[in-house]
Amino acid sequence: MLRESRRGAEVSLPSSPIPTRASFSTGVWRSLLALPVAACVALALHLSVSRADPSPDALSYTLFLGGILGAGVALVALQPWWPGLRRWMENMFPIMAVALLLLCVWEIITTGFRLLPLPYFPSPAGVLMSLLNDRALLFDSTWHSLILLLGGYAMGVIAGLISGVCIGWFSFARYWGMPVLKVVGPIPATAWIPLAMVVSPSAIFSAAGLIALAVWFPVTMLTASGISNTKASYLDVARTLGAGRAYLIFRVAIPAALPNIFIGLFMGLGASFLTLVVAETVGVKSGLGWYVSWAQGWAEYGKVYAALVIMAAFFSTIMTLLFKVRDHVLVWQKGVIKW
Amino acid sequence: MVAITESEASSLTVREVSKSFPAPDDPLSRPLALDAVSVSLAAGEMVSLVGPSGCGKSTLLRLLAGLETPDSGALLIGQEPIVGPSAERGLVFQDPNLFPWLTVRRNIEAGLVARGVLREKRDEVDGFMRLVGLEEFARAYPHHLSGGMAQRVALARALINHPKVLLLDEPLGALDAFTRMRMQDEVLRLWRARRTTMLLVTHDIDEAIYMSDRIVIMTQRPGRIERTIAIALERPRDRSSPEFLRLRGDILELLHFAGKPI
Repeated sequence: MLRESRRGAEVSLPSSPIPTRASFSTGVWRSLLALPVAACVALALHLSVSRADPSPDALSYTLFLGGILGAGVALVALQPWWPGLRRWMENMFPIMAVALLLLCVWEIITTGFRLLPLPYFPSPAGVLMSLLNDRALLFDSTWHSLILLLGGYAMGVIAGLISGVCIGWFSFARYWGMPVLKVVGPIPATAWIPLAMVVSPSAIFSAAGLIALAVWFPVTMLTASGISNTKASYLDVARTLGAGRAYLIFRVAIPAALPNIFIGLFMGLGASFLTLVVAETVGVKSGLGWYVSWAQGWAEYGKVYAALVIMAAFFSTIMTLLFKVRDHVLVWQKGVIKW
Repeated sequence: MVAITESEASSLTVREVSKSFPAPDDPLSRPLALDAVSVSLAAGEMVSLVGPSGCGKSTLLRLLAGLETPDSGALLIGQEPIVGPSAERGLVFQDPNLFPWLTVRRNIEAGLVARGVLREKRDEVDGFMRLVGLEEFARAYPHHLSGGMAQRVALARALINHPKVLLLDEPLGALDAFTRMRMQDEVLRLWRARRTTMLLVTHDIDEAIYMSDRIVIMTQRPGRIERTIAIALERPRDRSSPEFLRLRGDILELLHFAGKPI
């Protein structure tokens, strides 16, 4: 009886969900090698399509792909001594490999078969060239966008937190503030551009104000609802512990509202990107939005795409930073493990 | 252990207190939740409040905590009227209601921070962590705690202000039977160590008999005091002794839960 049950356990072992050592390491190697292999494919494809015209565009793209291949191989060689690096590579390399393959598809469509009309659809090599040639102006534009965005966002967040806490906590502020919020808030900030141009002495100030307005609405709304939905028993407990009004607002209601406040901060960040680009396109004479419309005016679509690439990197970096801040501030929400 | 200071406890008096709330379905009528309730607790006494649900037990506790005001009647702590919430009257709910954004230690400190005395009294925090046996969990967040541990933190948080009265609103109601019995001993130990006046609302008649000096039985809504029973059993009490079981039968009969002869 005993022996039989033991054998039963042995038989069921291979079907258990825990991966055996062999299958584990092949899976790991498959993801680790994905990027170098994809880089090889992209490089081979690029060399074969661009054999016809060995332009400087083609050369820099060759170097770019070669650099990725070199870095990928070097990281694969390094990872046995650095487990953290390996985990990151396992996670990211398949995604990067697919991105490289998409670049290949793009190159086949443009340089390979010339399916799309020029100059509207340059090849990846052409975009890379524009990026490199115009790097000084692109860097300058990014810098201006960053200053404008951070200035406007900070103003919007501060104003939104103050008005949100007031509307959420004080009933008279709620009575008078809610109608304003409901009527003015939903108007897209960009709709105020004509007015902002007339009112403000400089385009930069009006753009910062518009970004702040775009951020203010979601931050106020979410902060107010978070504050007013604070669990009543938290407030009751705090009162019986001897808390005054300042403690109730700053140490109970605001921490309790923080998850909501962060939703507002994320929504506001999205709105601020949109408003930034529109404001730069129509009014401000600097920044990435301005750069895009300026390059388009000269029909330099390589530069348009270069600016879009920079924007993607720029905005997603800021988004990632906000996620990091949230993970740090809301560390108490993480995990559901019970001791 | 936390040093036992000179008797911190205070007596509690409820005199002819009535309280009504607007009915949820008809805001114009205000049915009575409590109808001329009078009860008093001597300093250092442990009293249980039992009765059917909706009889106003929790309302009475909220009135004593100062979170509600009575329609009529007087509420006194010692000789002073109760006008609002204060740190001298601690309150512990069935849900521990720990602040989830604070660690265990910061939760226990909350009362000191709220009163602005953290700097002078920081040394006491360790004593209270030890009192409820949670030193290792000082830096854990509440969602990491089991129900019993969370309720111990809630008790320590209420006790750190050295309240003269501790109001307990079914504090052990959400715990499993074994944890519950262990926590009953824990609360009794805290009570003996600090001699705080305690008023315990409970649904559990065994708990009431096991813990308290007196049991106050309330009637169905509107809440009135039906009977007060003094428990003269020696502590620690034996939950299966004949006297214990006899008291249990008597109380069940008063609450109309004893088996009816057919």
